[in-house]
Amino acid sequence: MSNHKIDVWVGLFVFLGIIALVFLALRAGNLSSFSFAETYSVQAKFDNIGGLKVRAPVKSAGVVVGRVSDIRFDDQTYQAIVTFNIDQAFEFPLDTSASILTSGLLGEQYIGLDAGGDDLMLASGDSITLTQSAIVLERLISQFLYGTAEQEGAAD
Amino acid sequence: MLFRRPRLTVQQVHFIGNYSLVIIAVSGLFVGFVLGLQGYYTLNRYGSEEALGLLVALSLTRELGPVVTALLFAGRAGTSLTAEIGLMKAGEQIAAMEVMAVDPVRRVLAPRFLGGIIAMPVLAAVFSMVGIIGGWIVGVLLIGIDAGAFWSQMQDGVDVFDDVLNGVIKSVVFGVAVTLIALFEGWQCKPTPEGVSRATTRTVVAGSLVVLGLDFVLTALMFSN
Repeated sequence: MSNHKIDVWVGLFVFLGIIALVFLALRAGNLSSFSFAETYSVQAKFDNIGGLKVRAPVKSAGVVVGRVSDIRFDDQTYQAIVTFNIDQAFEFPLDTSASILTSGLLGEQYIGLDAGGDDLMLASGDSITLTQSAIVLERLISQFLYGTAEQEGAAD
Repeated sequence: MLFRRPRLTVQQVHFIGNYSLVIIAVSGLFVGFVLGLQGYYTLNRYGSEEALGLLVALSLTRELGPVVTALLFAGRAGTSLTAEIGLMKAGEQIAAMEVMAVDPVRRVLAPRFLGGIIAMPVLAAVFSMVGIIGGWIVGVLLIGIDAGAFWSQMQDGVDVFDDVLNGVIKSVVFGVAVTLIALFEGWQCKPTPEGVSRATTRTVVAGSLVVLGLDFVLTALMFSN
């Protein structure tokens, strides 16, 4: 086979490899949802973050508006400090509340933002004061069990 | 070496890569088919068939793509490298090169090594892509899982850096390991028909074992939080 033909075939081979990588990154992976847009970071303190992880989505009305960037523990208040980046394109009022929600019954956890009515908007470095912790399934079940036990005790 | 004689490396990429493409693509397709069928069987018990796309994509990009490609690579390309160099040695071509003041390490080994390192990640990426398409054919076209859920669950769970990039790193490491073993076995084999045949066998055995061992180490380093 002539050298020129080999060059063409090797070029096609490498090109096929690049196509495969692009396919893996865009079609199978999450590169298409990866945004390089400007963000601003906001903090929130939670009593319990449940199974929240770094890079978990931040959603408002079900739409992803940002991602969790850092989770730390504050040993003064014994709360979790969650820092997350919100896309610069979206502004939220200062009295926005953040809650940790679960997608589906046992799915992964995310932060849900409910906009308030304040005129001032959240800026970089602000913290959200109205927060609601994750619902821990075991506590929910034990509350329910104690509740029914109390009711049965009262009925006797 | 790569820059002074690029022609030699291009020839080796053609010899190692292009000729392995058919076996890699066909194996990838069937591995994808089987992953689709077996994954559906298990996931169906838990009522989460939509996660099939995620299962197929994660198993291929993280493990099966690089590992199975490397095993096939050792069998398809590694053996031919060992046999070629072993027969060069048996035919005293390498000694003749030295007489002509041509460095056989530069002329024979280096282009083959570079060719193997270039070809292996390409083959692994093609394997993973074809495998995912195979899983899609079985899951969506034959079984009838919702196509939107299949792809969106996959995109939700497969991280470009954690999963895809680590898979590519694995395939590069395996490419280096298998090519080095193949070249070494060919280079130091006894220049007899029996010696060449033993060296070829050792390439497959040692190459496969090293790939599996390295895979365990790499997986432990990459995916344990």
